[in-house]
Amino acid sequence: MIAAAMTRTEPVATSEAAADDGIVIDVQGLTKRYGNKTVVDQLSMRVNRGEIYGFLGPNGSGKTTSIRMMCGLLTPDAGSGHTLGFDVVREAAQIKRRVGYMTQKFGLYDDLSIRENLDFVARMYSMDRRRQRVDDALERLGLASRQTQLAGKLSGGWKQRMALAACMLHEPELLLLDEPTAGVDPSARRDFWDEIHQLAAEGITVLVSTHYMDEAERCHRLGYIAYGKLLAMGTPGELVERSGFVTRNFSGADVGALSHELEALPAVTMVTRFGNTLHVNGQDEAALDAALAPYRARDDLHWETGKPSLEDVFIHLMRQATDNFS
Amino acid sequence: MLKEFIQLRRDRLTFAMMIGIPIIQMALFGFAINGDPKYLPTVIVAHEQGTYTRSLVRALENSDYFRVVASDVTDAQADRMLAQGQAQFALTIPAGFARALERGERPALLLEADATDPGATGPALGSVQQLAISALAHDLKGTLAHLQPDAPAFEWRIQKRYNPDGITQYNIVPGLMGVILTMTLIMMTGLGITREVERGTMENLLATPVRPLEVMVGKIAPYIIIGYVQVLVILLAARYVFDVPFAGSFMLLMLCVLVFIAANLTVGITMSSMARNQTQAMQMTFFFFLPSILLSGFMFPFRGMPDWAQWIGEVLPLTHFLRLIRGVMLKGNGLPDLWPEIWPLLLFMLAVMLVGLKRFRRTLD
Ligand SMILES: Nc1ncnc2c1ncn2[C@@H]1O[C@H](COP(=O)(O)OP(=O)(O)OP(=O)(O)O)[C@@H](O)[C@H]1O
Ligand SMILES: [Mg+2]
Repeated sequence: MIAAAMTRTEPVATSEAAADDGIVIDVQGLTKRYGNKTVVDQLSMRVNRGEIYGFLGPNGSGKTTSIRMMCGLLTPDAGSGHTLGFDVVREAAQIKRRVGYMTQKFGLYDDLSIRENLDFVARMYSMDRRRQRVDDALERLGLASRQTQLAGKLSGGWKQRMALAACMLHEPELLLLDEPTAGVDPSARRDFWDEIHQLAAEGITVLVSTHYMDEAERCHRLGYIAYGKLLAMGTPGELVERSGFVTRNFSGADVGALSHELEALPAVTMVTRFGNTLHVNGQDEAALDAALAPYRARDDLHWETGKPSLEDVFIHLMRQATDNFS
Repeated sequence: MLKEFIQLRRDRLTFAMMIGIPIIQMALFGFAINGDPKYLPTVIVAHEQGTYTRSLVRALENSDYFRVVASDVTDAQADRMLAQGQAQFALTIPAGFARALERGERPALLLEADATDPGATGPALGSVQQLAISALAHDLKGTLAHLQPDAPAFEWRIQKRYNPDGITQYNIVPGLMGVILTMTLIMMTGLGITREVERGTMENLLATPVRPLEVMVGKIAPYIIIGYVQVLVILLAARYVFDVPFAGSFMLLMLCVLVFIAANLTVGITMSSMARNQTQAMQMTFFFFLPSILLSGFMFPFRGMPDWAQWIGEVLPLTHFLRLIRGVMLKGNGLPDLWPEIWPLLLFMLAVMLVGLKRFRRTLD
């Protein structure tokens, strides 16, 4: 409260300092250890201006930790990098002013109203035209009529939208969203993503972590992290292609028992079950078809050529990682 | 029930507190607390030296209740020592005492007591009548033996300074201010900051350009105001409900309060940098609060405690604040008399602040 009223004297960097080569996040070898556990290990990645970069990985893989290091909230134990052209270790203050970070856990105050929350955030950034900005944000959210409602009473979807509005208040160039749609219903998620695409179209760069595959598909580029290591990077199409997966879908009444049988075949890399359909993935098309020939001939099974899914690719990546690192 | 025990075992701090607090309590109540304070510092203002003076000093020294810390001070010095609390009693031997005594005029000896805490001086004052009879017994023999019947050869004139009627409220009510401030300020800041961390709002705050120090100042400032509101409420109650006199300067009191509030806030902040959740912050508050009320001289006379307990007491801010506020309200002390209690507060604050700053996480590391 009082804090925001204090004047700040640190120099505002000139725009020359900001990255103009189109790279917004550029980190090399970021490493973070807690105790003797390496939570993020030699992470190097780049995010280009205006793109939506999806950050995927299983629980505890180090997504949140990486994001915190990128916005200067955590000091890496090794490695270096720039966000928006500012050093992540030494120029954290400049980064914070230009980045909107939406924390994984709801970071606003349940016992303040929507308006009070937004106003508080605006004060924290010591913004000018505070009232105007808060009004605009409320308008954009469609919350103008409910602005006096306590944030704690909002549903999950509205909370997330409000949190997004809060980190958009200071018009950041880069948004870091840490699992923004966890626990949000599908239609609210869709609205949320429409908004993200809208923002990207306006030139804002977005780094978003998620566990949802449909959301991953909506990103321009993806990075997949497991055990603190970045295992794969590329567009969703590239990732699928690079995996070399060929997929055959089998459907039938009793595919459950079949699943294990198929997975035991050497040519089959992975079998995933969707209801009454099995997605059978292999990496060598000829060998896969040869191995599956007896099943294709069966009357009680219907088969077709399928499309490898991102999810299968990621699960495959993670299994490989498990074999390699633990 | 098993689950509770398992959870308890995981939460080391809670466990330590549950064991630690009763032990501390037992130690304090069992060993430290003594309702019968002895060896109270006494100064002698001797306007006349002589056999009787020496015998009186020796008698006081030999008694359990008095400890003569200076045997030849001036009136003004004695006054100051009483005001600053260095001396609990001042005995004045008037000029011509020996002559008057030998003539059988039953002269008066002035014994002044710092009676702000009636409990501290009561037992000692109760013992002096007996002392009057025995003190000069050895000197009044032979020709002077007739002066030594059942009645003592001299009279005590006892002056209970600062609280002549021995009203306990005069002592308790100002002290209560310190206790309430300690409790609320430490708890509020401790809880306030750990709550932000626990709810995840701290991460959000740190992600904004505000500096951690500003966050702190922003969190603390309201509590300073709350602290002053409490002070005013208690002062009003002291004045109009309990009729506690107010001898000193109001502004000076406000200054002392400020130093004390600041000291408590640093404790609160430092605790919050160590506590991992609100429960722990709460427990730490009690861990600090308990010795504060028991060892500061609020509940029991400070000088009634053994040395080790007094040393601990000297570290606690409440101890010094009690002396300050009693000094201002009851004794009407000015800044020079208060300074000996102010610098320990400042020192305490500085030390705790250093620990706190070391522990405080600028980022989330
Ligand atoms: N402050 C900390 N102290 C100790 N260990 C930590 C700390 N923060 C995170 N970790 C550990 O680091 C690992 C990575 O955590 P992180 O939060 O980055 O994972 P994540 O990918 O965000 O997971 P999720 O999908 O569950 O959010 C976890 O095993 C976690 O237990
Ligand atoms: Mg996370």
